[in-house]
Amino acid sequence: MTVLSVRNLQVAFGAVAPLSGVSFDVAKGETLGIVGESGSGKSLTAMAVMGLLPLAGGRITAGSITFDGQELTTLTEKAYRRLRGGRIGLITQNPMTSLDPLQCIGPQVDAVAVLHLGMTAREARARTVEILGTLRIPDPATICDRYPHQMSGGMKQRIVIAMALAADPDVLVADEPTTALDVTVQAQIIRLLDDLVKSRDLALILITHDMSVVAQTCDRVVVMYAGRAVEQGPVGDIFDAPQHPYTQALIGCIPRGLDDGARLTGIAGTVPTVLNYPPGCPFHPRCDRAEEVCASIVPELEPNATGAVACHLPGVAP
Amino acid sequence: MLLRYVFFRVLMLIPVSISISVVIFAIVHLLPGDPVDNLLRVGSSPADRAALVAKYGLDQPLVVQYVRWVLAMFQGDFGEAIVLRRPVADLIRDNLPYSLRLGAAAFAFSSIVGIALGTVSATTRNAVVEQFVRGFILLGSTVPGFWLALLLILAFAVQLQWFPVSGAKGWDALVLPVLTIGFGGVALVARVTRVALMDARREDFVTLLHAKGLPANTILFRHLMPHAMLPVVTILALRIGWILGGAVTVEFVFGRPGLGSLLIRALGQRDYPVVQGCLLMLALAVMLGTLIGDVAQAAMDPRVREAKT
Amino acid sequence: MTSMTGTAARMMSGFGNTSLGRAFGSILGKVAGGFLVLLLLTAIFAPWITPFDYAAQNLMNGNQPPGWPHLLGTDQFGRDVLSRVIYGARTSLSVSATAIAISITVGMTLGAAAGYFGGLFERCVMTVVDLTWSFPDILIALIFVAIIGPGLTSTTFAIAIAYLAQFTRLTRAQIVRLKRETFIEATINLGAKPHHILLRHLLPNAIAPVIVVGMLAIGDGIVLEATLGFFGLGAQPPTPSWGAMMSSGTAQLFLSPWVIIFPGVVVAVTVIMVNLFGDELIRALDIRDRIRGA
Repeated sequence: MTVLSVRNLQVAFGAVAPLSGVSFDVAKGETLGIVGESGSGKSLTAMAVMGLLPLAGGRITAGSITFDGQELTTLTEKAYRRLRGGRIGLITQNPMTSLDPLQCIGPQVDAVAVLHLGMTAREARARTVEILGTLRIPDPATICDRYPHQMSGGMKQRIVIAMALAADPDVLVADEPTTALDVTVQAQIIRLLDDLVKSRDLALILITHDMSVVAQTCDRVVVMYAGRAVEQGPVGDIFDAPQHPYTQALIGCIPRGLDDGARLTGIAGTVPTVLNYPPGCPFHPRCDRAEEVCASIVPELEPNATGAVACHLPGVAP
Repeated sequence: MLLRYVFFRVLMLIPVSISISVVIFAIVHLLPGDPVDNLLRVGSSPADRAALVAKYGLDQPLVVQYVRWVLAMFQGDFGEAIVLRRPVADLIRDNLPYSLRLGAAAFAFSSIVGIALGTVSATTRNAVVEQFVRGFILLGSTVPGFWLALLLILAFAVQLQWFPVSGAKGWDALVLPVLTIGFGGVALVARVTRVALMDARREDFVTLLHAKGLPANTILFRHLMPHAMLPVVTILALRIGWILGGAVTVEFVFGRPGLGSLLIRALGQRDYPVVQGCLLMLALAVMLGTLIGDVAQAAMDPRVREAKT
Repeated sequence: MTSMTGTAARMMSGFGNTSLGRAFGSILGKVAGGFLVLLLLTAIFAPWITPFDYAAQNLMNGNQPPGWPHLLGTDQFGRDVLSRVIYGARTSLSVSATAIAISITVGMTLGAAAGYFGGLFERCVMTVVDLTWSFPDILIALIFVAIIGPGLTSTTFAIAIAYLAQFTRLTRAQIVRLKRETFIEATINLGAKPHHILLRHLLPNAIAPVIVVGMLAIGDGIVLEATLGFFGLGAQPPTPSWGAMMSSGTAQLFLSPWVIIFPGVVVAVTVIMVNLFGDELIRALDIRDRIRGA
């Protein structure tokens, strides 16, 4: 059952439009990956879903976001606040700086249950301890009286996850939740999120630049490039038969072990920044398949058998 | 944890106090000319001179003189004023309350109004209010204090006759001096508050606070303000000594008694024991100010608390 | 003709690309910078533009309110306030600028040496600097003047000493920061001599914030000079200085307030303009963080 759907989302900061035409759905119990290089608009998509664009000075110029049948783009700030942290939780990128360094852990997590579930401070604390326990944090009662700087990055990220879970949300938006962590901790956090999706029937939007994380955890995936969705579909299909040359290049970047002797390939050229998006297909300057049409006309996202692709010359790599 | 921090912080005062007392001791002894001449009034007889030398032990080595001087101060003996012929300790005791009263009122005024103005200018979306506060901040940090005092006297004491022109009798005599010191103080505190709040708003964790669904006011008062107050408290604490010392001008213009005007008078009369006494008191205030600032900092910020111990 | 306009245009655009030129770029920068240039010209050409002799007394004509021919009135001795304000600009600007120049020179030397060599030397310098730093500038200047005796020379040195701590701290902070940067580490590893590193690499990179803070300090120095002058410790009569004018005016405060008001307005406006222009310079050089970090 689809719980959140985004249609043709466009975002502008003043005159620049770093995001145009992003669409996707996510259902309960499902993990949707949004993947792309930095600057592709993944994090902006997350901020847009959270209704936090105004904080950064941006706004939604077109498209719609519906949550549980409710249109979010026209929601008042007050109504949006009830959803944020209540029914849609956010996990941010850098746990080192995500918590208020002047407050103990406990109150920071408690605030969510007090605010959204109307709990008393005592009830909220009991709930916090319980949630910290389910996230495999040792000795949760003492942790509540600790300050953020006294804990490791992995622990802090669990606290952030606990905060996102505290009001029992339907949707979790995780914006590069493991990028700032050690590799071993990364795997733990990813596994934890995966378990939560299943045990709590959550809809998880996992934003990452790491195709191997997508392969491990996601059910479906949206590939973004220069503010546009270029390909989307079930993970299996995307990895087995990627249609867009950019997706193919991304998959080519995943190290696959040493046995097949294949060379690890990079992608030539650089990601365009918001200020110099090329005309036509944004990927054409870096694409070895590009023809004249690619430089002039923006390809629309066309549905195919299981997903959709935005390319004038789609097809599996030769 | 906090107690431990305070203990070590107070220990650190010992070397600071020693260096301050050496500097103040040196001021009299490094002066051009014989220190005895500096301590003597014009027209003293050789007998006076000999008495003075004996009294202050000026024939002893400098180190001995310094140790004696420090030991005497611990017994509340700051020496005797040459011109006023009274113990310096008495002079300080008479003048200090006026300075403290003025300082406390000016301090309270600058912190309350300054923090309020800074907060308003950092959070308002009203461009007019913001520009007004910014203009005020610029004025307050540039207008010379003595000139402002004169203007205030002209306007409120001479023209409107709301407050007395000078003196220190009654609470209404405090209003104009407090406004004069406060004008600069308010501007400084408002500027620091404004910058600190805007910095705090750019911190990463603020995104997550919004993502938790907290109302803007809760975020401002529960999370942003405590952060913004860290630099503000430091500035305010430093300001304690600054206000007492900087009140020199204001006390002079308004003809108020106080540590500042005592110092000015003593400097003019080259009454060095009084100068030493006043400087020691001001140094003490500055030291206490930084101590209070650091301790407040540690009380507010767990990271500071642990870093230094 | 065309080539001349071309050269002029190139010079203009060259100026526009310097940071000073960029500071003049905004409206605020133009107003503040224009005012300061005008003030400087007024001070330099004072003898040619003052309507009256600044020292000429005319007791019959004392305490005249602003009007014609004394645009800003006269003081108790009948001296023209406007002429004295114009000449006062000479005193105030030169005293403050000289003082800050001394302060920068000594402060940069101390700060650079402390930051570069570190160790006990740095500890000693910074202890004294932090000590003076926590005292109000007016107190430090007052004590110095009281010891040396009143006058413009001691005022100059008093101002220089009052702001010494600021430049020492700032330079040291810059040097310590730069020493950690890769290109300096590379130069050290390549075996460059200390004085070469200090003079050729560290100081040139540290100088921008010091210059800007120095510019702002000239404004503070003007206020300090005026305050010392007001206490009667600065310029001695008949030398005109803004502070001394206001000092002699206090006795007549109720009779002829213009003697105090106009010099004060000029001090305030000058300092405000210095601050505004300094802010524009900071923006143009993009060094706000480096100044605040010190």
